[in-house]
Amino acid sequence: MKRLFVLLFSFLTLTAFAEVPVEGGEFQPGDMITHHIADDYTWHFADGAVVYLPVILVDNGEFKVFSSHSFYDENHETVSYDGYALDHGHIIRVDEAGEPLTDQASLLDFSITKNVASMFVSVVLLFLVFFIIAGRYKNNPKAAPRGIQSFFEPIIIFIRDEIAKANIGPKYERYMPYLLTVFFFIWFNNLLGLMPGGANLTGNIAVTLVLALITLLITVFSGNKSYWKHIFATPGVPTWLAPIMIPVELIGILTKPFSLMVRLFANITAGHIIILSLFSLIFIFKSIAVGPLSVAFATFMNFLELFVALLQAYIFTLLSAMYFGGAVEEHDHAEDHH
Amino acid sequence: MELVTPGFGLLFWQTVTFLIVLFLLGKFAWKPIMSALSEREASIENALSAAEKAKLEMQALKADNEKLLAEARMERDKILTEATEAANSIVESSKQKANEEGARMIAGAREAIENEKRAAITEVKNMAASLSLEIAEQILRKELSDKTAQQTLAQDYIREVTLN
Repeated sequence: MKRLFVLLFSFLTLTAFAEVPVEGGEFQPGDMITHHIADDYTWHFADGAVVYLPVILVDNGEFKVFSSHSFYDENHETVSYDGYALDHGHIIRVDEAGEPLTDQASLLDFSITKNVASMFVSVVLLFLVFFIIAGRYKNNPKAAPRGIQSFFEPIIIFIRDEIAKANIGPKYERYMPYLLTVFFFIWFNNLLGLMPGGANLTGNIAVTLVLALITLLITVFSGNKSYWKHIFATPGVPTWLAPIMIPVELIGILTKPFSLMVRLFANITAGHIIILSLFSLIFIFKSIAVGPLSVAFATFMNFLELFVALLQAYIFTLLSAMYFGGAVEEHDHAEDHH
Repeated sequence: MELVTPGFGLLFWQTVTFLIVLFLLGKFAWKPIMSALSEREASIENALSAAEKAKLEMQALKADNEKLLAEARMERDKILTEATEAANSIVESSKQKANEEGARMIAGAREAIENEKRAAITEVKNMAASLSLEIAEQILRKELSDKTAQQTLAQDYIREVTLN
């Protein structure tokens, strides 16, 4: 772990400088930062180290697969290809002259973007790590843990005892696979996002939306009688208040996962923006004297982000567990909750 | 705003990938890990409770042993005192017997000595009587032969008797 941090740390400053697009024109920190935290069709590690990812389009039910390299000419200028072109990070239909068409309907973009590719990397890592660990448990279940097994075992036990058991109660076992998966998925991707050249996956609203939506679906489908009774006929509330209470409660169901979605997205994106802003200072002041200060602050922020990466994974998992717990709880003491 | 507009492609890939990851990890990682963990915890708990039980058993065994030992000690002491008493009484009784026997023998001996003494005195008396008779005979004979001699003799005897 220590070696990993050192490696991570030593790369941070290098690549951050390398990636800043200063060539030509005035330096626009806003554009640079937006470009960095947004999704992309290429994976830009450093100048010259660019992976062109595949573009997959479904145009009126017709599959089109080609490399994103086709959108760039030899001078790295964007060009149109096969009637499509990049426009502010999106693929649109264009005519032969490269002008956007007015008809953009039913053009679905399934491209393996930088975020998707990064997610695949994280999935490979997750499989690698946890299949190795599972193998160790399977082969000698009673042996003391060793290696990465002893690193992850306390975390798994913590999620089971402090998150699942504490918040869900006796039915916690059903939710363990989701809680563990979501925790390690978020944590791994948060850390990968902090790696040099890493994608801002967990700081992407689509990703957090899907995760929050799954939490919502699990909550709704595991809701028991007393959970629904609380929503549609809240105990202790007069019946004539129902027209107000029911919508409020229904909105409440949605605000919980909405807060999950926004919290993870905002925290991770904010971290990226802060670090990138600190580096931008050097280019804004055009002074090498600002460098050490920026680097010092950015280093501090990076350590903070390492902590935030873990914290946000924990919070997402904890809140999910609390929502599940609320859905399966037997309300014998219903009145105590209000 | 661009930042908070979820991209369709990413939504699709995230959903598909996450569900696959959830399924595969759930089936091939979390299930064996969770079961191994609970199994290990159960075995540790069992081992601990077994150790506790063994400890209690040991304690009970020790107490039993101590009880047995104390009983044995008491038994031994009882036997010892009894044996001592028996030995003492035997010695005592034999001493008494010996004393009695000794006393009896001494008494017997005394009686025998007394009898012997009595017999000896009787004999001496008898002998003295017969000697007196013999002396008297001889005196009588001498008297018959010589009167003066008889007198002298009688005077001698008398002298002798008075000297004695």
